[in-house]
Amino acid sequence: MVPVSYYLVISGILFALGAAGVMIRRNALVVFMSVELMLNAGNLAFVAFARMHNTYSGQLFVFFVMTVAAAEVAVGLALIVTIFRTKNSINVDQMNSLKG
Amino acid sequence: MTMDMFVFLVLALIAIASAVGMLVSRNGIYAALFLVMNFMTVAIFYLLLGAPFIALAQVTVYAGAIMVLFLFVIMLLGAEKLAPTTTLPYQRYAAYVLGGLLLVELGYWVWRGALTGVILPPPSEYNAMAGIQGMSKLLFSKYLLPFEVTSILLLVAMIGAIVLTIKQKGGRG
Amino acid sequence: MLMETTSGLFFSLVPLIVFLPVIGLLINITFGGRLGEKVVGTIASLAVGGAFSVSLLLAYSLSVHHEAVIVPFAEWIHIGTLKLDWAFRVDTLSVLMMLVVSGVGMLIHIYAIGYMHEDVRFKGDVKRFRRFFVFLNLFIAMMMILVSGDSYMMLFVGWEGVGLCSFLLIGFWYDMDTLGRPSFANSNAAKKAFITNRVGDFGFILAAFIMFWAFGSFQFDQVFAKVPEIAVTAPWVIVAVTLLMVVGVAGKSAQIPLFVWLPDAMAGPTPVSALIHAATMVTAGVYLIVRSAPLFSVNHSVQYFVATLGAATALFAATIAAGQYDIKKVLAYSTISQLGFMVAAAGMGAYVAATFHLATHAFFKALLFLDAGSIILGMERGHHHLAHHNPHGAGAGGHEEHEGAHEEVFDPGDMRNMGGLRDKMKMSYWLYLIGALALAGIFPLAGFWSKDEILLDAYKNFPIVYWMLVVAAFFTAFYMGRQIWMVFFGKPRTEVAAHAVESPKVMTIPLMILASLSIIGGFLNMATILGFTLPGSHLLTVWLGHTLGEVEAGELNLIVAGLSTIFAVAAIYFSWLIYGRNPLAAGQPDPLKKPLGPVFFGMEHKWFIDEAYQFLFINPYRSASKFLADKVDWAFWHDWFHDKVIAGGYNWISKVLLNEYVDQRGIDAFANGVGSGTKRLSTMMRVWQNGYVRTYALTVLVGVVAILGYLLLK
Repeated sequence: MVPVSYYLVISGILFALGAAGVMIRRNALVVFMSVELMLNAGNLAFVAFARMHNTYSGQLFVFFVMTVAAAEVAVGLALIVTIFRTKNSINVDQMNSLKG
Repeated sequence: MTMDMFVFLVLALIAIASAVGMLVSRNGIYAALFLVMNFMTVAIFYLLLGAPFIALAQVTVYAGAIMVLFLFVIMLLGAEKLAPTTTLPYQRYAAYVLGGLLLVELGYWVWRGALTGVILPPPSEYNAMAGIQGMSKLLFSKYLLPFEVTSILLLVAMIGAIVLTIKQKGGRG
Repeated sequence: MLMETTSGLFFSLVPLIVFLPVIGLLINITFGGRLGEKVVGTIASLAVGGAFSVSLLLAYSLSVHHEAVIVPFAEWIHIGTLKLDWAFRVDTLSVLMMLVVSGVGMLIHIYAIGYMHEDVRFKGDVKRFRRFFVFLNLFIAMMMILVSGDSYMMLFVGWEGVGLCSFLLIGFWYDMDTLGRPSFANSNAAKKAFITNRVGDFGFILAAFIMFWAFGSFQFDQVFAKVPEIAVTAPWVIVAVTLLMVVGVAGKSAQIPLFVWLPDAMAGPTPVSALIHAATMVTAGVYLIVRSAPLFSVNHSVQYFVATLGAATALFAATIAAGQYDIKKVLAYSTISQLGFMVAAAGMGAYVAATFHLATHAFFKALLFLDAGSIILGMERGHHHLAHHNPHGAGAGGHEEHEGAHEEVFDPGDMRNMGGLRDKMKMSYWLYLIGALALAGIFPLAGFWSKDEILLDAYKNFPIVYWMLVVAAFFTAFYMGRQIWMVFFGKPRTEVAAHAVESPKVMTIPLMILASLSIIGGFLNMATILGFTLPGSHLLTVWLGHTLGEVEAGELNLIVAGLSTIFAVAAIYFSWLIYGRNPLAAGQPDPLKKPLGPVFFGMEHKWFIDEAYQFLFINPYRSASKFLADKVDWAFWHDWFHDKVIAGGYNWISKVLLNEYVDQRGIDAFANGVGSGTKRLSTMMRVWQNGYVRTYALTVLVGVVAILGYLLLK
């Protein structure tokens, strides 16, 4: 008996928190984790809508999102490791070679 | 207040709290663990929404694989506390403001959308098997192409990860 | 144009009268340098002789077919209603003129071969021989166009052409004076002739314009056909046209007030004086009046005016002639005087008399001029003779003796240097005598008959004119007598005269022909004497009557003839009393000086007309043009307007205005401004790219919020 909008609100809150996290945290890994949080929030909205319309397509999409998220995490973490090897730090503020 | 409403509220609370906790915790490990709790909560949400397979996938893939990977890397790189910084002083406030704005906007959208749908508790026929059957039917017919492409994507990601981190002979990787 | 009845006649040959001389001059121009003097002269003379032969054929044709024949030659100007064509008009008047011009012209060409042969050697430029004959042929061609034209415009073409040739020929020795020294005298004389003629031409042009405006055409027949009508509707038009034409006549035929060029024109070689200024060109004005007879006959006041003008000119010029010392100047003023007779006759309406006198005057005046040339050359030969055989002799400096110590200049034309030439130059003496008697009007030479007819007409209709002409005739006889006594009688006044040499046959034979014509010329229009008709009686009257309409036949009036003969003989007697009885000795002043005092002074100095013109017209004109040139053109226009205003303005526009303000401050500033502005902008915006990932994330989030807001609020 829970209205869909409640789920969506939750999803929205989680999304906003994730966005804030991306902006606030300086630890690269935590930033990454905030991104995962945002993706999750999106997944939640998908599933809520799928339930609302009584279709599986939303769930399938979540399936794909998860797959992509997994791949992305793999590559992203490899990147962070590589960067750590060169810069010896995971502070995003120190990764400012694009300055100019 | 029905049962599912109650459950929903409790879970929502936990989800948001854990998210906030992830945001504020200084220690990386703590942050990761908080996120794991969030994922769990969301998995239960999925169950409530009648998507058992997705709930499963959430627990297995997200909480089980991705977060573990995260923890590995955190421990590899050292979850040291970062010193407070002087760069970008305005960032926090901007983040809060924008976050709040975003929230307001999304809320407004939802409110204006006037969604009339109501989530019912999952019907009995939404057992695991029926859900998975339905999903896989859809997966292998309508969404076959994305499925195949996803497999290539995973392959590429694997190769990418290896290429990025491999140590060259006699030099840095 | 009646071709059917004119078959077998020679009318279509008429273009040759123009083109034979043209061919002659073209041959001489192209090949003359290689041909040698005799050939060049012969070709030129043959060309004119050819024109003369064609004129004879035309005269024969006209004697068979009396009416005028128009031979169209070429289309010239066709604009709107103006249709000007080059057509030849063969009628009795034009053929008469053609005969006179080409006949006398031919004789003068032959004479000129001999004369120029000596003259180019005297002046020192042998190569100019050919040019002379080219110009002479050009003159004949132009004169032929004048007399054979079928419209006033064609007449004017020839009119202008002979003016040009007159300029070319008077100024033939343009860089030296008569004695061969470097000078502008000849070119000034040529300029004077041309400019004075131009004033006359101006009158002619105005007359032509009014004529076209009123009559709608220039062609003779068309104009004359409309005269009766216009005389009634707008008589002032005819008065204006005729008076303006008289201005042109005054210029070309040397009447008052435009006669001043003719005496100066004696600066040209003597054949030029003979051909152009005695026989042909100056008579163009008389021809014009005779041709325009229908126009002149309409208005009696105009006729009176023209007659008086002619008579006044005749008298005026005759007085001047009696005071001149240069042999050619006497003849020049005599020409002006005789032209006055002709113009007076034409003005009175005695067209036949005018034309008759034109023809006889051509004969004896050409004779006189050529003979004067012969005498001058004789003097020059004497001079040369002296210089060569008597290097320390009394002969003063000449052309080859300049580097010598003698600076005196010897003028071979001055009658005071002559004297006693009767013995040295017999042939020239007899020929000159014939010419002088003909000019004086002594019976039975040609001049008597023609002058008498004029006097007769004046006596009958215009008494004042008659008496003026009689006095002029008196003076004519007087100055010719004076000339004969001074030149041929007495003792030679200088060594040169004592050694004068006669001229070669090539020069004297044409003179003899002219002298014969002067003797028998009267038979051209013999009057009936006391009821007896002689051969040639009224020949010209009838001949010209075909063109001019009804003409009165002249009868010998004993009173008039007697009076004129008495006066002429008396004048010669007077001249003998003064000059012949006690011939002038060397250095003696003219015997008339003391008795006549200031009058003779005026006669000597041409009554100061040239000086008056200089004062009245030429000096103000010069000052005006100086003013315009120096002040208006240079100071105002060039210095100020051009340099300061236009050039300076332009410079200011380009340097200050466009360069500084527009280009530098405007365009450059703008271009540079864009660049520096972009730099400043990018420097400002560079701050955005601080390299921090978090800033980029912030930017993304801002964008998302903004877009969402926009979508929501839409």
